[in-house]
Amino acid sequence: MGVGIEVSQLNAWYGTNHTLQDINLKIPANQATALIGPSGCGKSTFVRCINRMHETNPIGKVTGTIRVGDLDIYNDASPVEIRRRIGMVFQRPNPFPTMSIYDNVAAGLRLNGFSNRRILDEVVERSLKHAALWDEVKDDLKKKSGASLSGGQQQRLCIARALAVDPEILLMDEPASALDPVSTAKIEDLIFQLKSQYTIVIVTHNMQQAARVAERTGFFLNGRLVEFDSTHKIFTNPGDKRTEDYITGRFG
Amino acid sequence: MALAQKPSKANYLWRMFVNHAATTLAVVSTILVVAPLIAIFAYLVYKGASSLNLAFFTKTPAPVGETGGGMANAIVGSGILLALSSVLGVPIGIAAGIYLSEFGRGGRLANLVRFTADVLNGVPSIVMGIAIYSLIVLPQKHFSALSGGVALGIMMIPTITRTTEEMLLMVPNSIREAALGLGVPNWRSVLAITLKTASPGVITGCMLAFARVAGETAPLLFTAFGNQFWSANVNQPIAALPLQIYVYALSPYDEWHRLAWAGALVLIVLIVVSVALVRFVTTRGVLKGAN
Amino acid sequence: MVNPKVQEVRVSGPPVVPTPSPVPPPAEISNSAPSPVRKFLTERGSSAMSDHVFRWLMLICAISIFGIVALIAWELVARSQLTISKFGLSFFIKQEWDPVNGNFGALPFIFGTLVSSIVALIIAVPLSVGVAIFLTEMCPKMLRGPLSFLTELLAAIPSVVYGLWAVFILVPILRVHVNPFLMKTLGWTGFFAGPNYGIGIMAAGVILAIMILPIISSLTREVMTAVPHAQREAVLALGATRWEMIRMGVLRNARIGIVGSIILGLGRALGETIAVTMVIGNRPEIVKSLLGLGYSMASVIANEFSEASDDLYLSALIEIGLALFIVTIIVNAIARLLVWAVTQGSSARAA
Repeated sequence: MGVGIEVSQLNAWYGTNHTLQDINLKIPANQATALIGPSGCGKSTFVRCINRMHETNPIGKVTGTIRVGDLDIYNDASPVEIRRRIGMVFQRPNPFPTMSIYDNVAAGLRLNGFSNRRILDEVVERSLKHAALWDEVKDDLKKKSGASLSGGQQQRLCIARALAVDPEILLMDEPASALDPVSTAKIEDLIFQLKSQYTIVIVTHNMQQAARVAERTGFFLNGRLVEFDSTHKIFTNPGDKRTEDYITGRFG
Repeated sequence: MALAQKPSKANYLWRMFVNHAATTLAVVSTILVVAPLIAIFAYLVYKGASSLNLAFFTKTPAPVGETGGGMANAIVGSGILLALSSVLGVPIGIAAGIYLSEFGRGGRLANLVRFTADVLNGVPSIVMGIAIYSLIVLPQKHFSALSGGVALGIMMIPTITRTTEEMLLMVPNSIREAALGLGVPNWRSVLAITLKTASPGVITGCMLAFARVAGETAPLLFTAFGNQFWSANVNQPIAALPLQIYVYALSPYDEWHRLAWAGALVLIVLIVVSVALVRFVTTRGVLKGAN
Repeated sequence: MVNPKVQEVRVSGPPVVPTPSPVPPPAEISNSAPSPVRKFLTERGSSAMSDHVFRWLMLICAISIFGIVALIAWELVARSQLTISKFGLSFFIKQEWDPVNGNFGALPFIFGTLVSSIVALIIAVPLSVGVAIFLTEMCPKMLRGPLSFLTELLAAIPSVVYGLWAVFILVPILRVHVNPFLMKTLGWTGFFAGPNYGIGIMAAGVILAIMILPIISSLTREVMTAVPHAQREAVLALGATRWEMIRMGVLRNARIGIVGSIILGLGRALGETIAVTMVIGNRPEIVKSLLGLGYSMASVIANEFSEASDDLYLSALIEIGLALFIVTIIVNAIARLLVWAVTQGSSARAA
């Protein structure tokens, strides 16, 4: 089951660059929330704050509070613990090149010390099925390396890998932007299926994609959250003029 | 300056002449450089191959004046020294390389470490030998394979550090992020993912260090010291291939000269294989699929 | 109410897929009890401690490099105290090396080291820069790989192998063919006179030249390659010949780095031990003729260390080692800085 995310007064910096300013929003559980906005508006930085990846950058700094469920993720837990509860899928597929498909999916568990073979087999199968990849790879699980798959398959592999650690939230940073339209469609199908079990936050450049998969949408501009509302409202009757300008293609 | 003057036929001809002369000089230099190399190799192979026989690898040196005999003890001795030095040099070198790549990247300490490693690589190996002599041999009052191993190990560290760092830097950041994003502890991610991905390159970097160290004579002169007989005792003087070659080359006996040539060939083959392997690994692409 | 401007953006349900792809039914929805995986991961706890320890371990190993330098310096200084206190700085100016009477002066060795290195540079620098120019700017692409592989091999050959070759091949060639020629043509300078042994400073200089060639050449190549193409194109666009392009577009920009690589070659020549010891003649004298026998700092240490019978003798040799250590560190540091300035960080393999 997914949990909700509550963000208050979030500010983030890259060195002296004030990338996010006073972000406040509540992301509902078990829904897909899309974040849209022009390049450089801070939406990627925002999701990277949620799983505390932003601070892995030596010049990255964060202030404010983010609550996942009822846990204050910055003050009440370590980054490693947080990232085990919040999965991430990146823009470019990044399977581990030296590992087989099986090992890739199992990596999150194995590298944390999990060794029960039977459960690992189950988890790998279940995750690959959730990621709609099982049928395509089930015969080559241990023979093929993660990197030998096509782009779309690699991305689904990364999704399976993220799902294997049973997260409550799945963050997706433009997961389909490097993929062809057929793979993109498959990924969008996936998000539709996964919504019921996880809270999904998807950053996307593609407004149609946001419109297709998300219940709620947030529009970021220059580091600020301009508008956050139901997808339907954002795309039919946005409250803010800037949102309207972006949607109609005036910029970005 | 030639270009600023008004172009004239004479001026043009002169410039073309200079151009051709420069090309000729460059080609000549290349030939002059490649020639001794080929000469050395060819002569080595010729002399060494005719001297090389099975006995070389299986027998210890024969008494002076007798033929036959080999450098088996020196080969084994070099192997032991290499093993000892790797115990010291490989873990520390790889760890230092990990620090430079994964923790200190761009920082001032890392730059200083890197610079010092490069400078240390240029310190004459005989100086290392003296230092270890002073540190280990004098207090122990005897030469030993151990002191030789330490001297060679210390020489390995800067080389392995730099090659490890270089190889780790080639691992794309996306791989590291993938591991971190899964909630894998940093130390596990560095070892099981980053280092593992770069391992072909790291290993060949170690091989390069081994090859370099295997041919070193000077640091062993007063640490391992050399030994005419079989010895695998870490606390005793031990024979080493380059050391033996050195002693034999300077001796007045033809038989020992023959052994020196054979030993030199063995060393050269080792070097060529290592350099070729390193080239193969780094130019063919170490990181399959990770682009 | 729909904003007319936004009307074009359609809000629809699931995307219409061209061919119906089998969408797997949602797997069993996990109930409220945490799965074994989740339970396991929650119990793992934070790894802050192990990450901390790991980082510290790596740091200590990195710092060990400083420790090595400090260790060497310490041992050298400590063990040379006897002669340092007895002779002071005059140690480096006195000519006499008389172990029997406890009289130690290092000047002959400094002389031998310097002169053989300078001879090596005179021979090696034009050749290696020529090779570098050829390989970088003139060489047909097909030859580049094999030729640079060959230079890399040259750099990797152990000193003792060079020495072996020098003793049996180079020295006779010098003695029989080269030295008489030099004596005949340049004997009037006084640099090529006296008994022709074959071994001596000249032989040491030549083998050193061969040994430092690949270093200077590969670093010069690196430096030249680092010059941006725009520089070459700018000069060519003015109608320059290829050589003029090389001279003005590349060499001029790279010259700091080239000087650095030459200095690096010098550093290697100064410290080279085994090959030099095998051919330099081992006579602690200062002579004008390059064909004369000499002695280098590294050679005297290599030859006499195990025979040093008393502490003063040993201390003198170690003090020479200390001088060698300090000089090579300074020379290498300067060289690295110069090369770094042009390439912004040189490769580890070019050493």
